[in-house]
Amino acid sequence: MKAWLTHHLHSLKIAAQRFRDAPLATLFTILVIGVAVAMPTSLYVLLSNLDRAAGGVKPQVELTVFIKPDTPERDSQAIAASLAKQDDIARVEFISKAEGIKKLEAAGLSDITAGLAENPLPDTLVITPRDNSPAALDALSSRLESMDATQRIVMDSDWIKRLTALMDLGKNLVFLLAILLGLALAAITANTIRLQIYAQKDEIEVAQLIGATDRFIRRPFLYYGGIQGLVGGITGWLIILLGAYFIEHSVAQVAAAYGASFQLSGLSPTELLPLLGLSTLLGWLGAYFSVNQALRQFASI
Amino acid sequence: MIELSDVTKRYPGGHEALTSLNLTIQQGELVFLTGHSGAGKSTLLKLIAAIERPTTGNIVVNGQNVGRMKRPALPFFRRNIGLIFQDHKLLYDRSVFDNVLLPLHIQGMTGSDAAKRVRAALDKVGLLRKEKTRPITLSGGEQQRLCIARAIVSRPALVLADEPTANLDDAYARDIMDMFRAFNEVGVTLVISTHDQELIRRYGGRSVHLAYGKLVAT
Repeated sequence: MKAWLTHHLHSLKIAAQRFRDAPLATLFTILVIGVAVAMPTSLYVLLSNLDRAAGGVKPQVELTVFIKPDTPERDSQAIAASLAKQDDIARVEFISKAEGIKKLEAAGLSDITAGLAENPLPDTLVITPRDNSPAALDALSSRLESMDATQRIVMDSDWIKRLTALMDLGKNLVFLLAILLGLALAAITANTIRLQIYAQKDEIEVAQLIGATDRFIRRPFLYYGGIQGLVGGITGWLIILLGAYFIEHSVAQVAAAYGASFQLSGLSPTELLPLLGLSTLLGWLGAYFSVNQALRQFASI
Repeated sequence: MIELSDVTKRYPGGHEALTSLNLTIQQGELVFLTGHSGAGKSTLLKLIAAIERPTTGNIVVNGQNVGRMKRPALPFFRRNIGLIFQDHKLLYDRSVFDNVLLPLHIQGMTGSDAAKRVRAALDKVGLLRKEKTRPITLSGGEQQRLCIARAIVSRPALVLADEPTANLDDAYARDIMDMFRAFNEVGVTLVISTHDQELIRRYGGRSVHLAYGKLVAT
């Protein structure tokens, strides 16, 4: 057990020594890995921020029914009440002409409303259906459409559907990019390890001749690859932090323009740890494949 | 200890380095392999150490059939053999001490036990005072002695030496031969390839003569 531990410590020391021997090359490799890690991760961070910005907005469908202008308010209310009793309708909100104009004024559009001779708004019913499936919605909307008092129907679920679809697309993109750049990370590591193996060729040959197992020869390289992946992952994270720091101000400005306050959020520990674990694992794997290939080539038998 | 029966080694390209070789070496023997360069001396040593495999025939070392050994078993087999190379194969990026430590390290031996064994081996070859220097600063004879120290540090029962005195002047060569004889006297089996007839005449022991890949006289 003690021998095993000393062994690992020694391998770690060798790996650290190799970093020290080529600081510039190491720095560049780590930067490249950092960028490879930062790309899909920053897209991920961007998406989760967008998701949060759009948060609270559930893809809940609402149907808005505009009642014909000449319908008395009492009739409109009666329609609302009867609709509310129907099985496929969860909720009906009745907004009268007067309420509508007040809402517009509250939204800061009083300049416009003040110039109007009479209220041009119709009575409005905002209907929340129980069933959001396209078939049920179609049935409901054609039934509402056929009512005498109906002027026009607007289904305002479209933009949410589009947003959801875009987010899904983004998530798929992150996934794809993560796979591609993960492969790149493993390949970068494999390549640096290959160069190192050639630099260490004599040592590997001698070690093989005097009875070193493949495992013994492999270990320092695996440590090297793993550490490189880990440090590269941390670098990627720092790149994201730095990027967030630079755009934070403009994000705040955009948010302020929309009358909202919005704080960019980076990676949470539960996201950061798997990220670093993954980049370490990929570095380790790249080293593993590279060394194995070299061991097969060097092996005199 | 070593038994070769009908061993042929043909390299890719058709060159036949050894042809139908039969040879038995007993435990505790001191054997000189002689012959012109290209006679197959190095090939024979490589076959015994499982660095190369025979094309046909069997090689049994310590009861193990070397030619059929699986790759994962090779390192453990080689740990029982001390290898001495003509070109030393030392590692120049570390001290004399660390070069000799490597075989022990590979076998999982560390700490003060290992250090003691390293110093004992360096003492035997007269390099104890140079343990902290780098091999590149050593003379040719000293480098060869360092290579010997590395070969014997794990106390192998069999030592194979490929032209250990080839590049050395006479005084150094005698030094090294004295060392080999001392190892042989404590029971180590030694197979040494050389083309120095004078050396063999002086030290006696069994001599195996190869010519063009064939055994001429033993």
